[in-house]
Amino acid sequence: MTCSDFLKELTDYLDETLDQRTKAELEDHLQWCHNCFVICNTTKKTIEIYRDSKLYELPDDLRTRLRTAIVSRCSGKKTGPQKA
Amino acid sequence: MEAIQKVDEPVSEELRLVRAAKAGDIGAFEQLVKKYDRNVFRIAQHITQNREDAEDVVQDAFLKSYENLSKFQEQSKFYTWLVRIAVNEALMRLRRRRPERMVSLDEDVKTEEDSMPREVADWAPNPEQLYNQSELQEILGKTIQGLPPSFRTVFVLRDVEGLSTEETAEALDLSIPAVKSRLLRARLQLRERLNKYFKRRKDGDGKR
Repeated sequence: MTCSDFLKELTDYLDETLDQRTKAELEDHLQWCHNCFVICNTTKKTIEIYRDSKLYELPDDLRTRLRTAIVSRCSGKKTGPQKA
Repeated sequence: MEAIQKVDEPVSEELRLVRAAKAGDIGAFEQLVKKYDRNVFRIAQHITQNREDAEDVVQDAFLKSYENLSKFQEQSKFYTWLVRIAVNEALMRLRRRRPERMVSLDEDVKTEEDSMPREVADWAPNPEQLYNQSELQEILGKTIQGLPPSFRTVFVLRDVEGLSTEETAEALDLSIPAVKSRLLRARLQLRERLNKYFKRRKDGDGKR
């Protein structure tokens, strides 16, 4: 397996959706290829950092304001069968 | 993934709320808003990169989903259906702000080479701890902003919001290979761009 082959499979490897045989081939490659080992680890870390970050959290006051506006706008609209 | 719910299966709490909302129960719809407003806001802000637009997307996406609830066929999750509406609203706003540039999920950016790793540098252990919370958020925001909209949209749905590849494909109207290809390139490009902040320094933080 070449480094380029490894990269092609990286997403499926990180998502653990590979078949056993391909997974074993990738892990064999990781044993001796330091560059791919680093790329794999840092890509995994990239995902974790974004996933755990509080980036673009909705503040409580804004959340309440938006919800009030949504409910108010929806109240004047129709959806499906209407209430009597 | 179940395509159609069988009649004798218990109705999920979510589906119960959807059906009540369809029948005009605004309180039930408000519960759905409470459940997903944070997710919709995050997705909208990632795509538009603009706070005001993200606020408008949250309002308009929920309003639109309410108005169109009767068209929701219950063959997919309500959340996936809502995300699809929100992504379209967000892209529309992005196009308005950047009329000079075509913004499309179909844009395929150059060749594979744009994602080939150029710098292979190991990162410091727990690199996120090299910065305080606000510095880290600024770095992450600035970094993802540099990605093409189609890449950051796939990344946020798959890796931040945790949708499956299939759900992401459905929400974005893309094929599964297209989702996978964009996801790989988004992940690799983000990694490359984060190198300069997180790599192991020769002295000081992160020294082995």
